[in-house]
Amino acid sequence: MSNSSVLFDAPGPKARRVSLTSSIIAGVLIIAGLAWMAWTLAQPRDSGGITLPGFFDPSRWDIFADPEVWQFIITDGVLGTLRAALVASVFAVALGILFSLLRSSEIAWIRIPTTVVLEFLRGMPVLLMMLFILLVLNTGAYWAVVAALSLYNGALIGEALRAGLAALPRGQREAGLSLGMRPLQSKMLVEFPQAFRQMLPIIVAQLVVLLKDTSLGYIVGYSELLRVNMNNLGSFYGNRYLFSLFVVTLVLYLIMNLTLSWFARWLSKRTASKSSGKRLDPEDPNQAMLVAQATAAAKQSHAQPGSF
Amino acid sequence: MDAVIENLPTYFEGFRMTLLLLVVSGVSALILGTIIAAMRISPVGSLRVFATVYTELVRNTPLTLVLFFCAIILPYLGSRLDYVTAALIGLSVYTSPFVAEALRSGINGVPIGQAEAARSVGLGFGQTVSLVVMPQAFRMTIPPLINVFIALTKNTSVAGGFFVFELFAATRELANANGNAVIAILLGAATLYLVITIPLGVLAAQLERKWVVQR
Repeated sequence: MSNSSVLFDAPGPKARRVSLTSSIIAGVLIIAGLAWMAWTLAQPRDSGGITLPGFFDPSRWDIFADPEVWQFIITDGVLGTLRAALVASVFAVALGILFSLLRSSEIAWIRIPTTVVLEFLRGMPVLLMMLFILLVLNTGAYWAVVAALSLYNGALIGEALRAGLAALPRGQREAGLSLGMRPLQSKMLVEFPQAFRQMLPIIVAQLVVLLKDTSLGYIVGYSELLRVNMNNLGSFYGNRYLFSLFVVTLVLYLIMNLTLSWFARWLSKRTASKSSGKRLDPEDPNQAMLVAQATAAAKQSHAQPGSF
Repeated sequence: MDAVIENLPTYFEGFRMTLLLLVVSGVSALILGTIIAAMRISPVGSLRVFATVYTELVRNTPLTLVLFFCAIILPYLGSRLDYVTAALIGLSVYTSPFVAEALRSGINGVPIGQAEAARSVGLGFGQTVSLVVMPQAFRMTIPPLINVFIALTKNTSVAGGFFVFELFAATRELANANGNAVIAILLGAATLYLVITIPLGVLAAQLERKWVVQR
């Protein structure tokens, strides 16, 4: 963030003093706000004539001293979430590869139906897809979650890979063909491996989204972290622990997602420094997805004018 | 098909709520996101740290969790919001870091040379910002912002799981009531979502082609 802004001059001593002072004032205000929130939560409260202890009272957290609670949270909740996410990731990447190949096919009657299907999958909420699979195919909640997440993220990964294929220098394909490879061989042996490596950070970033979306299982009735903690444990131990259970759930989600986010960022930094060519905004993988799609669209329209 | 036509009023009730969620939380996420983006690029260190931490935390929290907090934990903590307001707050908060990132990447995407050139021909800070940097940042920001709103459209469906009667909740109810026409009912709902998302996507692609400065 050293030269994050193009708007400001390099600050002189006076400007630096001013910004330091305002920084301290703003910092104190922020900390005061957080402290006020904590203090409010810590107050005991009246509820229907009964005085309940504040939210930091040990009686609201004592269940977490019990290893059995943790065992339940980890084996049922965390593993339930990870299991769905892992299986869906594998399917999503496989589907993404398939979609990208079909979508960039030269044969119109393969390309056009794939495009329609992809547009449909990308434009629909994942939750509606889960409901669809749950009701129409009658698969049970686990497979509804996994299948919907695979299809939706497969469509997005497919678009990213297509962007990667489109962003490759044209010479790669020409070189493959000039060696006597068939178009499909050149695509599989020359172009695709490069595109996949280029897009790997974006794919990992998309897997963060997938991991986050497993929590939709809560709504369709699949026992993942949120449902296990809030419904099962919440109703077993009672309302008193609702808040603390929520905090634990939130922290567990943040640990999983931030780890994967950091991995995606690390990957994109690594690939960015290696390839001097097209750099797809290593700062932020989520934005990179959008950039990649835009590049693909632009390339497509430049490469084959009037092909649509 | 008959089931869809018979239940059009229910669909439209849900669709209206989806649109309401989209517009209200879209606008408030835009405002909140702009504030966060401004904090993030400001020269004031502590605001920058706060905005960064906020962005990272909210972006890595599942939307289901955010809405769960707004719909179930907040009332338990003593708030008196109805579920629609709770969902609006949740969707706005969840969307705001994505808006902020889109804005920030737009501003950061303007090469430093542009501002330097502006200053070197004698433009002041205000002129540099309003005449040179912002117009370019704005053009680069609109297409990704539209993509954020497309995502928001799809995300409104999660509110249907938390006692808000929008399109997803309406669909679920209709599907339960019309066991023999589930596919038609679901395709009807999908069409209504696509009615919002596909035109927005086309618009984003158009603006992208037309506006983004080729470098």
